[in-house]
Amino acid sequence: MIGSGAVLRGLRATPRAVLRGLRGLRVRLAAACLLVAMFAALTTAALTYREARGAMLQRAQDSTVHSVRDRVQTVARLTPFPPDQAALERIAALVDPRTRTDHWAVAVGFRDLWATTNRDFGPSEIPTELRDTVATRTATAFQRVHRNGRVLLAVGVPIAFSGPGRTTASGVEVYVMTPMQTQVQEEAALVRAARNGAIPAVLAALVLALIVAGGVLRPVRALQRATRRLARGRLDTRLQVKGGDELAELAQDFNHTAAALEEHDARLRRLEARARAFAADVSHELRTPLAAMTAVTDVLDEDAAAEQLNPDTAAALRLISSETGKLTRLVDDLMEISRFDARAAALHVDELDMAEAVRRCLAARGWRDAVATRLPEGIRAEVDPRRLDVVVANLVGNALRHGAPPVEVALAAERRDDGDWVVLTVADRGPGLAAETLDRVFERFFKADAARTRSSGSGLGMAITLENVRLHDGLIRAANRPDGGAEFTVELPRHARVGAEGREDG
Amino acid sequence: MVRVLLIEDDPAVAEGLAIGLRRQGYTAEVRHSGEEGLVGVVEFDPDLVVLDVMLPGIDGFEVCRRIRRAGTLPVIMLTARDEDMDIVVGLEAGADDYVVKPVQSRVLEARIRAVLRRADSATPAGRREVHGDLTLDRTALTVSKGGRPIPLAPSELRLLLALSAAPGRVFSRGQLLEAVWEHPFLGDSRLVDACVKRLRIKIEDAERPARYIQTVRGFGYRFGPL
Repeated sequence: MIGSGAVLRGLRATPRAVLRGLRGLRVRLAAACLLVAMFAALTTAALTYREARGAMLQRAQDSTVHSVRDRVQTVARLTPFPPDQAALERIAALVDPRTRTDHWAVAVGFRDLWATTNRDFGPSEIPTELRDTVATRTATAFQRVHRNGRVLLAVGVPIAFSGPGRTTASGVEVYVMTPMQTQVQEEAALVRAARNGAIPAVLAALVLALIVAGGVLRPVRALQRATRRLARGRLDTRLQVKGGDELAELAQDFNHTAAALEEHDARLRRLEARARAFAADVSHELRTPLAAMTAVTDVLDEDAAAEQLNPDTAAALRLISSETGKLTRLVDDLMEISRFDARAAALHVDELDMAEAVRRCLAARGWRDAVATRLPEGIRAEVDPRRLDVVVANLVGNALRHGAPPVEVALAAERRDDGDWVVLTVADRGPGLAAETLDRVFERFFKADAARTRSSGSGLGMAITLENVRLHDGLIRAANRPDGGAEFTVELPRHARVGAEGREDG
Repeated sequence: MVRVLLIEDDPAVAEGLAIGLRRQGYTAEVRHSGEEGLVGVVEFDPDLVVLDVMLPGIDGFEVCRRIRRAGTLPVIMLTARDEDMDIVVGLEAGADDYVVKPVQSRVLEARIRAVLRRADSATPAGRREVHGDLTLDRTALTVSKGGRPIPLAPSELRLLLALSAAPGRVFSRGQLLEAVWEHPFLGDSRLVDACVKRLRIKIEDAERPARYIQTVRGFGYRFGPL
């Protein structure tokens, strides 16, 4: 059962851990660095590309446009006006240089007459914007045209007569279409180069980002570890301060905080130890005179009972005797609680028959008839007999004093995941405990009833009970029964923890 | 009249206990230090010593050890409640019983009576018993091993007699506490353990595991089987 639970927990933890890893500082730092590097590389590549491509295309365009204009001007001088169809065809043929490997497609138009060197290149193929520009501004114009996935350059040149002082448009327009394939190929090479440069640069940036992130994170991790140690109570935890950056300052602040905390803690401990030692010393000093008084209380009791004394004197003697007894119990309890506070309380475990132990405890105090018991036989446990006796006596005594009969004592054995336990319950039929006092009944000198300032107990009984149960690694709780009355439950492990002082062999 | 020597440094406590004991018919004398106490043991020749642990000069443990070396005079230690170790050390020093201060003289008297009963416990059928090398005489209250008499303190003798009365039967510490020390069942079982330890040193063979007084783990002790 435990194994499968652990496996389930493990499975559940994994995606969460992965998620936390992804949100971790290291990943975030690396991602940020990577984004910056990618942005820089891409921007540089894009700007370089645009500039290079612009310059390259401009150069190619300009040279084409120039040579088209030159040839048109050369041809124009030989052209009669107005030209007929034959003249237009001659112009078209003359403009096409033919010597080039990539020859031009030329179309020449005059009003409705058109001549072309290429059957696929008619007036309809010429972009309308280009024709408008050439017609209205009588100037050389060019435009890039995308056709069937190819990039073409269209150049339009109007033929003009140049007279003295002014230029007159002849109405003859020459259009040239030439592919820009070479330039496009060069452009593709440019893109490849940019990409080939950018990808390794980005990868290198990623590696550097991880290294830098690691460097920044190392002190953060150290701080995290130190904080956790501190939280576990290791107040002497300090960080090594390296360098003078913000993280070093943070480490220094951490060290100052830890030092302050440690000092504060030590001071509190000193004060507490002094207070506890004082309580122990006072009890110790009280004990010697009490021992002398206690030794003679039975002498006083005897004489007080003998009726030879003045009744007032006898009453006074009885008072002194009984109050000496109470004072002795109080001092005893104070000494006992001081021992717990000083962690000087030792556990002397023995394997006991629990039912027998509880019966003996009740019998020793004359409570057999006052208490209803449900004590199944055969429950054995490793407990300290004297301390168990104290626990049972305090709980039952408390129930008899403050609760109403019948007081019930029950014993049960329970097997749980964390081992075998003995459960002892002491219940009464009294008014029960007020809800707000349930947590406080184990406090020292706690009085559930404020009006009752004194009881026959020392006021430490429940606190001592709690400490005794804790010494056994057990649990104790106070509750109210649903049908009325208070119920105290003590749970003790059946097997004493390893390391408890065993009493097996003499 | 039973003679009790009180060795206790606090005069008020000593006087209180002495008043109580005298009222109950004892002859009680008080000494205030270990050295005076040891002199008192010789001069006063008590039947029993009540010995405080915290004493100026040589302490109660040392006084107890010296009394034990000299013989089997019964000793009851007076200890403070918070000195848990005192009880163990006191018992190992050879004390027959201990009483935690503060104590009513009536309670102390009951303990004294129990220890003294142990010291001269008269068993009805006086006979010699032989268990291995041990010879027990229940009438003369003597124990000898291989013919050599072994001096036993009252609690040791009483424990040995109780266990050997039913060889092989297991006694819990609680039962032994009740039978030998007349303590409540849930009293301090270290009395039993310490006494077993001392008894083993005297009657067992040092090199071999215990054969007369055997530990039964989780239950207690038994005599034999041999």
